Amino acid sequence: MGAIFRREVRAYFTSPIGYIIIAAFFAYSGIMFSYYSLNSGYTKLDSLFGSLLTIIIVLIPILTMRTIAEEKRSRTDQCLLTAPVSLGSIVVGKFLAAFLIYAIAVSITAVMAVVVSYYGKPDWNVIVGNIAALLLVGGAYIAIGIFCSSFTENQVVAAVTSFIALIAASFMTTIGDLIPQGHHFDWLITAFEKVSFGERYYSFTYGVFDFSNVVFFISAIAAFLFLTVRVLEKRRWG
Amino acid sequence: MIEVINLSKHYGDKRAVDNVSFKAEDGEVLGFLGPNGAGKSTTMKIITGYISSTGGKALVDGIDILENPIKAKQKIGYLPEIPPLYEDMTVKEYLYFIYDLKKCKLPKISHLKDICDLVKIDHVYNRLIKNLSKGYKQRVGLAQALVGNPKVLILDEPTVGLDPKQIIEIRTLIKKLGKNHTVILSSHILSEVQAVCDKIVVINEGKVVANDTEENLSHRLTGDNKLICKIDGDKDRVMRVLQSIKGVDRVYCDAEHKNNVNDYRIEAQEGTDIRYELFGRIAKEGFVILELKSSEMSLEDIFLKLTMGESLPGLTDDEEKEAED
Repeated sequence: MGAIFRREVRAYFTSPIGYIIIAAFFAYSGIMFSYYSLNSGYTKLDSLFGSLLTIIIVLIPILTMRTIAEEKRSRTDQCLLTAPVSLGSIVVGKFLAAFLIYAIAVSITAVMAVVVSYYGKPDWNVIVGNIAALLLVGGAYIAIGIFCSSFTENQVVAAVTSFIALIAASFMTTIGDLIPQGHHFDWLITAFEKVSFGERYYSFTYGVFDFSNVVFFISAIAAFLFLTVRVLEKRRWG
Repeated sequence: MIEVINLSKHYGDKRAVDNVSFKAEDGEVLGFLGPNGAGKSTTMKIITGYISSTGGKALVDGIDILENPIKAKQKIGYLPEIPPLYEDMTVKEYLYFIYDLKKCKLPKISHLKDICDLVKIDHVYNRLIKNLSKGYKQRVGLAQALVGNPKVLILDEPTVGLDPKQIIEIRTLIKKLGKNHTVILSSHILSEVQAVCDKIVVINEGKVVANDTEENLSHRLTGDNKLICKIDGDKDRVMRVLQSIKGVDRVYCDAEHKNNVNDYRIEAQEGTDIRYELFGRIAKEGFVILELKSSEMSLEDIFLKLTMGESLPGLTDDEEKEAED
């Protein structure tokens, strides 16, 4: 796992992808920070964190598109799959590497919090909760992205499918809202709401630290990494 | 060291590998020979654990690759048909990565240096893999298989795309490696198998059609009773003389050269040696024997004969059945 993690991290920085992801996140969060906090003199960061979900839906598919698709295309998966390592450690190694790049990008929000603290008295508990939530939802999205990447040899296909998957996961509530209310379908609307990654993330930005949301995101990470392992396993049996 | 028992792999209706069995002993170089699409690579992928079999077993040093993959994979170095190289890494970075990936316990720097010396890539050690030529990529691929000094080396068409000089170098290297490792080598190039391997498994359409040493294979296909003879003399008269020799079954005129010089293929009854009488009679008629040899088949002939669907004489019942299937 360590070897794969190190190789992946190195690959993110020998190609432009790592830099692009981090730079794009810095730029977008910087603009949002200026707009919501600096220009309007607002010392709470809830609007900033609320706006960041959009950019990670765009960036994470780019971050994860090559993880498994590229290994398949260049046949380097033959090297990984015939090495004395388990499929689980291959997938987790790749996940942790992508997560590290993402965490480096997200770390800029801590700097913004420090900047804000010069102008007012921020609620550190809420900010730490928000950063944790951003990391959690990002982790879950990375797991989904890796899962999508395991289906194809084509990076573009992997990126597009994970982009669609992430939009769907984020806005499940909106999909639920399309269902007419009061026609015995209320349970379905609730179900959509419950699996909406966006809904659960936004509740953090409102300052609510609900432990069930933490469990939800961690379970989502575990579930999609497990499914990725199964896809790789299935390919061996195909 | 490697034992494959009734291995099968089906892709839908297609049987890529069909009931293949063979064995490679310690320190043996086994050649896996067959036309393109015969199932060589598939069999190798199953032995290395890259894909699974539909039926049967592959044992590496007694360990089933499906039951205990991690332990079995530790004993295998695998060079796939397309070397699995990360082009964005230098040779050094790549080999360090493979070393870590295989959780190798040998002293890192000296072990990797030994390998680089062996496959002669020390002078490209710090270059990016994507900038290397095909021959060097193949060597880096071989180097990665050697990391961790595995007991078994599985090399899928290791010389494809190399220039003649490189081919000879790689073959010499494989021979050298065969002294300390069990090597399974696949190829559709017959001379390669002939040059390197102790034992040959011929596979066609997913089935083993022969499994023996090269000498035995040619021996089984030919006997002393078949001769090829180049004679200077009138064709019809020579044919008549040859047919009249005691013990001769059939005579064919294989090739006609100019000035009445022809090649004749003479098949005599088993156990008879017609060479003495042949010489005497031909000389008496005033003809000249320019060449006389027993019609031993080359590996090329054997291969063509086997893959064209003819079974070998002298095969055991089981093998015969497999070959006929």
